[in-house]
Amino acid sequence: MAVTAGSKVLNNVEAVRETLYEAMKSDDRTIILGEDVGARGNVFLITKDFINEFGPERVIDTPIAEASIVGIAVGMAMEGLRPIAEIQFADFIYPAFNQIVGEAAKTRYRSNGEYTCPLVIRTPYGGGVRGALSHSVSIEALFYHVPGLKIVAPAFPADVKGLLNAAIDDPDPVLFLEHKKTYRLIKGEVPEGHYTIPIGKANVIKEGRQLTVVSYGLYVHWALEAANQLENEGMSVEVIDLRSIRPMDRTTILNSVEKTRKLLIIHEDNKFGGIGAEISAMVAEEALFSLDAPIRRLAAPDVPAMGYAEPLEHEYMSSPAQMADAMRELVKF
Amino acid sequence: MATTITMPQLGETVTEGTVAQWLKKVGDTVEKYEPFLEVSTDKVNAEVPAPVTGVIKEVLVKEGDTVPIGTAIAVIEEVGAATGTAPAAQAPSTPESMAASANEEPVPGFNIPQLPTKPAAASSGNGHARTGNGVIPSSYGAPGGLDTAGAEDALRKASPAVRKLARENNLDIRAIRGTGTNGRVTADDVLTAAAMGPAAAVGQAIATGTNFGATPPPAFAPAAPPSAPPASGTSTYGEPIPGTVIPLTQARRIIAERMVESKHTAPHAWSMVSIDVTNVWKWRAREKDRFERETGYKLTLLPFFIRAVVESISAFPLMNAKFTAEGIYVNKDVNIGVAIGLPTNLVVPVIKNADKLSIKGLAIAAGELIDKARRNKLGVDDLAGGTFTVNNNGANGSWASAPIINGGQAGIVTMETVEKKLLVRDDDSFAPCYVMNSCLSLDHRVVDGYVASGFLADLKKRLEKMGPDGAL
Repeated sequence: MAVTAGSKVLNNVEAVRETLYEAMKSDDRTIILGEDVGARGNVFLITKDFINEFGPERVIDTPIAEASIVGIAVGMAMEGLRPIAEIQFADFIYPAFNQIVGEAAKTRYRSNGEYTCPLVIRTPYGGGVRGALSHSVSIEALFYHVPGLKIVAPAFPADVKGLLNAAIDDPDPVLFLEHKKTYRLIKGEVPEGHYTIPIGKANVIKEGRQLTVVSYGLYVHWALEAANQLENEGMSVEVIDLRSIRPMDRTTILNSVEKTRKLLIIHEDNKFGGIGAEISAMVAEEALFSLDAPIRRLAAPDVPAMGYAEPLEHEYMSSPAQMADAMRELVKF
Repeated sequence: MATTITMPQLGETVTEGTVAQWLKKVGDTVEKYEPFLEVSTDKVNAEVPAPVTGVIKEVLVKEGDTVPIGTAIAVIEEVGAATGTAPAAQAPSTPESMAASANEEPVPGFNIPQLPTKPAAASSGNGHARTGNGVIPSSYGAPGGLDTAGAEDALRKASPAVRKLARENNLDIRAIRGTGTNGRVTADDVLTAAAMGPAAAVGQAIATGTNFGATPPPAFAPAAPPSAPPASGTSTYGEPIPGTVIPLTQARRIIAERMVESKHTAPHAWSMVSIDVTNVWKWRAREKDRFERETGYKLTLLPFFIRAVVESISAFPLMNAKFTAEGIYVNKDVNIGVAIGLPTNLVVPVIKNADKLSIKGLAIAAGELIDKARRNKLGVDDLAGGTFTVNNNGANGSWASAPIINGGQAGIVTMETVEKKLLVRDDDSFAPCYVMNSCLSLDHRVVDGYVASGFLADLKKRLEKMGPDGAL
């Protein structure tokens, strides 16, 4: 891969690691806390050796107690530190639900703006890695209902760095979702030094004129693969990488749908009440008279979890071929 | 029961129509949807289908008479509510076709959503239909069976976008040929019908020379060759495959008909001048950045050229005339059609009253129309009423071309490529100059070479005197 001057090629794990490292270097208020982030250096080795360089007061190994991790981080944030809390796997975030939804998201409102909660909660999510029931979950829909929270789920290394920097700089709590299957699978050029990508801004990663496909996370890569396949068949599909789930970039989605008149939303999370439901409703409200086909969602079935057995995992997830089929049907509709 | 038939409105701007021909006489039986008269306006000729089945009782307007829209023209005595003659080809309704069976065994208690699969058998319905109260140009829709059930189905299944676009363009959805799944009328079908169908479009859409090679907008960039060729031995205009047939689209069919008609009825004569556009070129170069910043549109040579054309037309009004059976009709308005090549067809939107616009006004008007054309947003009115046509043919380096006249106009003039050349002046000095050829095709029934060459010489003189500065 030819590398542009001022950039280097990183995978998503390396992009997270570099961003965290630069944040630790540039601001003493930055604290990393979570299970195994210190001595073990995180289960994906994202914070390897951080504890040696920054010490156990800034790289804190916590007990297996997610409510405490987030609760303590909320206190740190309110009192002027810049904590980056890690939930080792998104599947373990439920005990911290109250601290995230009841405390962090409401701090600014409850204190009438006197306190803010500049907290980042990082967590790996998503499946396709044979992670079974407790290492495959998508949690975004559980949190995107909550005003006061921002949720980002980048797919590309450069977006990981730009959005993680934006999350760290943000004065309010940000839930930062890292798709674990993309961690070492996806590589890309990442600019050196500090830069941010605005939270709430989607990215049109492929332009097209017959169908708009909206996705995020791992599925962005698969949707792009499917869209390129369709391009070879003479069909023109636009692919939008949402990047931020909340706030949602309504403008980019609506502009695209007004152009293509057809919308397919693809996500790994369950279909019922998922992110696609909100996008569908928004487009139906704002752009009904641009629609030339029913809005369609391709998402996980209503089953409680991704199974461990390979056929169950495949059944739960949508393949690039299934995505291509859905796109074909909508283009031809 | 007697039904009174009134003169239909053929396009938004049309106020009257001429009964060109009665296809049925008093006493003849007519089937619902069967064409029973031909109406012509200054924009289209169209067959009017009967709204009911019955017997023609009275004919109220003679052939050749022109009456305002809404005027009673005939009375049909109804003989029962017979439907169309073709077998009703009921397309499977969308919800049913979508209720495809899951390809895995469903887990009891869990609803496994599946993508809809293709309906097992495609409907054999013709998917398009004629309308009772709309008007269908004679070339519109395939001949053969008429399917009222299909027509109503098309209406029922019309998407919000299709309904909105049909309303905006004053089209009846039931009269549009559907190219979607099971013959569904798609938004693109409505836009094609609007650009090419009922009104002006038919006459105006079709300009001119061989401008199909114009650079397509990025959204239309040709795709890579398909991995597998279509099985049926057909291909598309965007991706022609050697050894296959490209089925005629409505637009392509109309373009073909109108080209042949113009070439066969209007004897084309041709002439060319070479124009020194150095000063215009410099003027444009100086203004273009600011213009684009202020208006959002690119400043090309086109508006300067159109400005010179409309000035020359005011000096030579016969160039703004048309041949009719009654005589040479000299148009009051100067409406300039601008030929715009798209990847699969050609449209000629019209700048109305172009003689009233400054160069800046023309640049904005042209920019808007080009933008609309590329986004497939041209409406019927954008395409109607042209009296003379300009074809910017030089973008790809063409040095001369012989354009086909837009039907019902006296001429069409081209802008060829601008080249830098050494010109020797009258005083034997020489200088590098920007030079552009301009070619004129004229309808020799309307004007002779005397007028045409005077017009071209005048156009050349005006362009050479423009610039290098002044107010746009």
